[in-house]
Amino acid sequence: MKTDPVHIDPALADAVPPDRMQIDVLFFASYRELAGARRRSVMLPAGASAGDLVHALRALGDGLVALPEGAAVVVNQRVVRPDHSIAPDDEVALLPPVAGG
Amino acid sequence: MKGRVVLTRITENAIDPSALLAAVADHGHGAHLLFLGTVRDHADGRPVAGMGYEAYVDMAETTLAAIAEEAATRLEGGAVAVVHRIGELELGEVSVGIAIGSPHRAPVYDANRHVIEEIKKRLPVWKHEHYTNGDAAWVEGTPLRPEAARGERVAGEGGEA
Repeated sequence: MKTDPVHIDPALADAVPPDRMQIDVLFFASYRELAGARRRSVMLPAGASAGDLVHALRALGDGLVALPEGAAVVVNQRVVRPDHSIAPDDEVALLPPVAGG
Repeated sequence: MKGRVVLTRITENAIDPSALLAAVADHGHGAHLLFLGTVRDHADGRPVAGMGYEAYVDMAETTLAAIAEEAATRLEGGAVAVVHRIGELELGEVSVGIAIGSPHRAPVYDANRHVIEEIKKRLPVWKHEHYTNGDAAWVEGTPLRPEAARGERVAGEGGEA
């Protein structure tokens, strides 16, 4: 998979309040289709959990309203529980049920 | 002594079964076993024309290596090679190849089975089925679970591998 380079606009970075964090989320397969893109950004309260992330994505109001509540959240390539806290530098992905083989 | 992992890869290139067997070949092995997963022409009664495979490549590489290491611990000596293909595949093409070599036959079946079953449960890969009538759909998969929960039995779970 090709990923886009991450461009951090200093002005935008400065605009994130200290009690918030901007998380780039990777989407794959059917979830990529719901998101309409491989990568979306979402603003979360600092210290937000994986469960909070799913709620925030569903609340964006577009195709992601159909994102299942139980969607697997992967942080730094590990599946995490809903209470797992997300850090600003984490690599975060939302993964549908897998079907390799 | 556990076996060695000689090759794990996610690739967009066609899988060469001979190369997989060659990768695990050793004169100390009395047994070699090759599993090939191939694209089938039907699914749940619907005629299938081809299959697209998508992966979270970085995580899939890591996961495949971990699964291969687990298989290697099931061998006494021996070797493991696993390749999973991504991209657009035609009917009959190889989507996954697993080769195991070992001094004796019993562990090669056990190790090979372990790899394919864990791929089905853990590898971040998705199949997009193309039907002969032009429709397409994502194949219903297995939900990923946090690692600590893996291996716990869940009531009502089961089903096809």
